[in-house]
Amino acid sequence: MGHEETVYEALDSAHGGEGQWAFGTGFDEPLAGVDTTVPDGIDPADLGAYCLMLGDDALVLAQRLTQWVTAAPELEEEVAVANIALDLLGQARLLLARAGSVGVLGRSRDTATASIPDEDALAYFRDADEFRCTGLVAAPNGDFGQTMVRLLAAATTRLAVFARLRDSRDPVLAAIAAKGVAELTYHRDHAARWVLRLGDGTPESHRRAQAGADAVWPLLADAFTATDVEQRLVGAGVAADPAGTREEVVGVLTQVLDRATLRVPAWPADAPPRGRLGLHGAELAVLLAELQGLAREHPAATW
Amino acid sequence: MSAPTLDRPAAERPDEAALQRQFDATIAADRRIEPRDWMPEGYRRTLVRQIAQHAHSEIIGMQPEGDWLLAAPSMRRKAILLAKVQDEAGHGLYLYSAAETLGADRADLTDKLIERRQKYSSIFNYPTPTYADVGVIGWLVDGAAICNQVPLCRSSYGPYARAMIRVCKEESFHQRQGYELLMTMMRGTDAQRAMVQDAVDRWWWPSLMMFGPPDDDSPNSAQSMAWGIKRHSNDELRQRFVDMTVPQAAVLGVTLPDQELAPDPETGRYRFGAIDWSEFKQVLAGHGPCNDERIARRRAARDDNAWVTEAATAYARKHES
Repeated sequence: MGHEETVYEALDSAHGGEGQWAFGTGFDEPLAGVDTTVPDGIDPADLGAYCLMLGDDALVLAQRLTQWVTAAPELEEEVAVANIALDLLGQARLLLARAGSVGVLGRSRDTATASIPDEDALAYFRDADEFRCTGLVAAPNGDFGQTMVRLLAAATTRLAVFARLRDSRDPVLAAIAAKGVAELTYHRDHAARWVLRLGDGTPESHRRAQAGADAVWPLLADAFTATDVEQRLVGAGVAADPAGTREEVVGVLTQVLDRATLRVPAWPADAPPRGRLGLHGAELAVLLAELQGLAREHPAATW
Repeated sequence: MSAPTLDRPAAERPDEAALQRQFDATIAADRRIEPRDWMPEGYRRTLVRQIAQHAHSEIIGMQPEGDWLLAAPSMRRKAILLAKVQDEAGHGLYLYSAAETLGADRADLTDKLIERRQKYSSIFNYPTPTYADVGVIGWLVDGAAICNQVPLCRSSYGPYARAMIRVCKEESFHQRQGYELLMTMMRGTDAQRAMVQDAVDRWWWPSLMMFGPPDDDSPNSAQSMAWGIKRHSNDELRQRFVDMTVPQAAVLGVTLPDQELAPDPETGRYRFGAIDWSEFKQVLAGHGPCNDERIARRRAARDDNAWVTEAATAYARKHES
């Protein structure tokens, strides 16, 4: 006896006090302590709407990736997929909280109790038509090959936008982007390595990776088209113009697919925004029903 | 695969009795056995079985709570739970690696799990119908795991002992996260409080069973204790867990479902009721509520993605030069 009691006590007191005694328990609001004043010349409603676009992309893609947890090909991949989902969840929390901080809450406050923080009101108490994510992230996973091609496309487009947002006139958005760039660079790299392995692996994996690319490419149709909100915010120095990211995105995706010995599918013609305007397929409603069910069943609960 | 010393031709091999004496002396001095050291075959086999069973438990243990990942009721809880389930995958990885230092192979151990030739902790065969189960698993199941595992930080086998230090640190995080969730729910609505009590009622006895059969019915214990693989008896660890948990339940405001639970003035410890070992044996034999589901998911992860593993292997071979 003796020794291990000391070990247990050491474990027990290692992180004692300060409310930081376990991951995630030491803070309530993602933007606690941050100055959330909106600089002059920026329309708060537009800024909030834009944060919802970027935040919903992250939340929905995190949810899709989480569907792989306990179902991934290798244990290393369980860890990696959960890690990427966790990064995206962190980005979503900051962006939804930023939208809430400028009063953009949609109809969520009609049903969410006042004690529910903004990030949760927005994530759990909006219906599908109020979500602003793109079809690229909302689409179902498909097999592991399609999942990695989609992650590659989503991380590449998001990284191109975030790299530009580091200079946003909204300092909160700029800070979120600066943090996100490091994460997204890793996500893109991780997905690219899998696309290489699968494209240049076995005939079976090549066939599947190619089918994945063929399924994902049409989802890029509205990736380079700005909404009115984005156009106004580009003018105000707040947002990144998606059209301006096209060259980088096309270049990166082409390079990875070429090296993976995959055929680059035909690039879809530019289409007007759909998801960014709240137009979604049934798959998003299914995803949200699972995400939101418990929270909506107990609207007065605190978790 | 076997240990390097055993691969030498017989003429160069040191006398087995001398090796055994050296091994015994290392154990007696409470020093560590390392992968390249000579060890008796029984010691190696026992360790591989125990470490693999532990690794399997971490990996299967991702599922009961993992079932709530998509539906966690707040963004903060979702992040906490995702980080926890990710930690469990990491624990599985360290432990399979520790088993590999003994000559085992991860893919082979996984096959044995899926073919039910190796076991995992029977606690993970119970379902998680409400979100309070996430909290109670953290508090009671991880709490029991800590009681079992902290002594293993001193296990006689070095790689296992070192892996356990990191595992225990993270488990202790998880236990606090679970307890904190339950505290929050107990301060919430009546429905939430009822959920917590219901979950405690369902998990209390299975948690006590996590320490294994009573000492007089635990055939392998004596040898494992002699080898320094195990440090305390099942009943002693179970008693420590009860003593630690009863005051925590009082602070939480829940009732533990045992009429006989009471302080014993003579020993200063808690007396508790008789455990229904027939249930334990049923679950262990594969007849628990979720045994089939847990194994089926592991099998699907292996089989449905076999093409991915084959592709990664083929790619590595093509590009190894």
